Amino acid sequence: MMVISAKGLGKKYSLGEAHTNLLSERMGNGLRSFYGRLRGRGPAGRPRKSSGDEFWALRDLDFEVKRGEVLGIIGRNGAGKSTLLKILSRITWPTEGNVELYGRVASLLEVGTGFHPELTGRENIFLNGAILGMSRAEIRKKFDEITAFAEVEKFVDTPVKHYSSGMYVRLAFAVAAHLEPEILIIDEVLAVGDAQFQKKCLGKMGDVAREGRTVLFVSHNMSFVRNLCSLALLLENGRIKFQGAVPEALAEYERGTARAGDVIETAHFQGPLSDQVLIDKIVFLQGGAEAPVLDPLLQFEIRLHGRALRTFQTLELSIQLFRDGLHIASCFDSPDESMMREGRFISSFRMPAEVLRPGRYTIAVGAASSVGNWIWGGDVANLDFIENWGGKSAERTRGIVALPYTAERIQPG
Amino acid sequence: MTEDPKETYFSHTHKTVIKPAKGLMSLDLGEVWAYRELLSILAWRDISIMYKQSIIGIGWVIIQPVMTMIIFTIIFGKFAKLPSEGIPYPIFTYCALLPWSYFARSLSGSSNSLVGSSHLITKVYFPRLVIPFSKVFSGLVDFAIAFVILIGMMVWYRIMPTRGIFFLPLLLLVAMTASLGIGLWLTALNVKYRDVQFVVPFLVQFWMYASPVAYSAGIVPEKWRWLYGLNPMVGVIEGFRWALLGKSVPDAGMMLVSFCIVFAVLVGGLYYFKKMERSFADIV
Repeated sequence: MMVISAKGLGKKYSLGEAHTNLLSERMGNGLRSFYGRLRGRGPAGRPRKSSGDEFWALRDLDFEVKRGEVLGIIGRNGAGKSTLLKILSRITWPTEGNVELYGRVASLLEVGTGFHPELTGRENIFLNGAILGMSRAEIRKKFDEITAFAEVEKFVDTPVKHYSSGMYVRLAFAVAAHLEPEILIIDEVLAVGDAQFQKKCLGKMGDVAREGRTVLFVSHNMSFVRNLCSLALLLENGRIKFQGAVPEALAEYERGTARAGDVIETAHFQGPLSDQVLIDKIVFLQGGAEAPVLDPLLQFEIRLHGRALRTFQTLELSIQLFRDGLHIASCFDSPDESMMREGRFISSFRMPAEVLRPGRYTIAVGAASSVGNWIWGGDVANLDFIENWGGKSAERTRGIVALPYTAERIQPG
Repeated sequence: MTEDPKETYFSHTHKTVIKPAKGLMSLDLGEVWAYRELLSILAWRDISIMYKQSIIGIGWVIIQPVMTMIIFTIIFGKFAKLPSEGIPYPIFTYCALLPWSYFARSLSGSSNSLVGSSHLITKVYFPRLVIPFSKVFSGLVDFAIAFVILIGMMVWYRIMPTRGIFFLPLLLLVAMTASLGIGLWLTALNVKYRDVQFVVPFLVQFWMYASPVAYSAGIVPEKWRWLYGLNPMVGVIEGFRWALLGKSVPDAGMMLVSFCIVFAVLVGGLYYFKKMERSFADIV
C-alpha cells in the first residue's frame, strides 16, 4: 500500500538580488539595475553562474514508499536531502511535480522543532501535539509515556529554555514518535543525543515501522542506515542517483566520494563564498610522497589545493574529520588573522602519528572569512588507514583515537 | 456529507497532495477549523506571555485608553470644543477608544506575528492562517478589561443602555473581522518586506485621526461621507457609539460602505495571505 508517491518533484531557489527583505532596498536595487542597463551594463554584482541566479535544490524526483518501510535518505551535504524533507513536511513547496501522501506527518527537522522557549515542557508537549493535530485528550493519554521515554519527568514543568540540547531533542523525538503519525520524518537530529539515546531512538523507529507506520530517515551515519532502513534513496546534486536496497545504495554512495588525489568537483561546496574560493584538490602525503592509503603509525600530511578569486582580508580554511558520522576533529590552517591574496594556494596540515586508528574517515572542508561568509563541503574525500595496529592486541587498541599519553603508578608506603 | 474536518485531515486515509501553487487557490478554511486546538493554545500562549512578563501588564490595558481619553477630553473636548452630540465628551470618546484600541493592538501584534513565530514556521507544518487568527482572539482579553471600565463609566454618567446594546456582539464581530482583514495583509506583506513593521505604528497613528475617535462622523460634510466610509473602522466605531449611547442613528450609506470594505479587505487578505503562505518558510 502506497503511502508516499512523488512524481517529477523539483525545487528551485532564486538567489542574489531577489533576496532582499526590505522594500526600500528592493526599490533601490530596481533603480540601480535600471540605471545600469541604461549605461549598457548588467545589474550590479558578481559574475553570474551559468544558469543565472537560480539554484535547483531538487530535480526530477520520482519515488514511492510503501507502508511500514523505513526509507533512508543519504547523500552528501547539499545533495537536497533536507529540502526533500521540508517539502514532504509541507514547510516549503515544490516548484514542479507533486507528492501524494496518505496520513498524518510528524517531522523532526531540527533540535527543538516547534518548541517555544518560554513555555514549560508540559506546555510544549501540548503545543506540539496540537500542531500535529491532536486533541488535548489524546495528548493527555500519551503524556506519561512521552515524558518517560524522554527521561524528563522531573523537568516537565520547567521552561524549555533551561533544557540542555540533549533534553530538547529527547523530548522532541518523544513527542513526534508517540503521537502516532502515519509518516515519521527524522532529519539527523540524532547526532545531538548521546549513544544511549540514539540506540533508544533507533529502537523506537523500528517499533514504529513494525506497527505499520512509515519512517523517513536522513543520516550520515552509515551504520544507522544499514541497521534500520529497509529501503534507501541516494541523492546527488538534487537528483536521485540510486534507489533500492540499502547495501547497494551505501556502496554507490561510497563510490561517489572522492579518493585522495581526485579532483574535487566544485558542486560539492555550498555557501556565500562558493564562487570566490575554489578548492579543487585534496592530497594525502606520507614520507614525502602522495599516498592513497595511509599507515596510521606514521605522520602524514593533508594538503588542500585551491584558488582564491579575490583577495580576502582574512580567510581561514578548515578540515573536519568524521568517522561513522561522529565528528572527530577540526583543524585550521592559520592560527591568527591571515590574509589570502588572490591566486592559487596550498594549505598543508601536518598530522601526528599514531593518533587515528585504522579504518575509514571522511573529510569535510570549509573556509570562512567573517561571520556569514563561508563555504562548506561535507564528505569531500575519504581518508583510509591500513590495518596496521603496531603489533598491539585488540584489547589495547580500542577506541577511535589513540591518545599520546603517559601513565605511571605510585604505591605509597 | 458534513464530516468533521478533524476526521478528514487527520485520518490515516486522508490524502494530501503537495504541488506547486497555480492561480487562485482554495482558502481551505476547513483546515483552520481542524486545527482549532492549536489556535486556542497559541492564543492562550500569547495572553499568558503578555501578562507573565510585565508587572503593569494588566494595568497597561486600562491605563492606555483611559489616559488617551483624558488627553482627548482636555484637548479636543475642552480646548477645541469638538461637538459630541450632547453626550459628555469623556464617555463619547471612550466608546470609540474601546474598539479602536482593540483594532490598533491587533494590528501592531499581527504585523510581526509570522516573523516572530519563525521558529515554528520553518520547522513544522500547520495552516499558517492560524497565527493571525490567534492574534485576533488573544486581543479580546484586553478588550474585555477595557469594557469593564466602560460599564463603570456608563454607571457614573447615568447612561441607560438602549436596545442597541444587543447589536454589540455583532459589532464586536465586525471589529474582529476588520482587525483580521487588515492584519492578514500586514502580516503577509511584512514577511516579504520587512520594513512594513516599522510603518505600522505610523499607520496606526494616522488612522486614528482618520477615524471618528476624537470626533463624531457627523462633522464630515454629507457629500463626503461615503468616501469617509471607506475607512473600515468608521462603521465599527459609529456602531459602537450608537449601540452604547443610543444617540442619533449614524448615516446608513456611510455605514454600509464601511461594512462592505471590511468584508472586501478580509476576503482580499485571506487570498493574498494564502498566496504568500508557500513562500513564508523560504524567506522568513
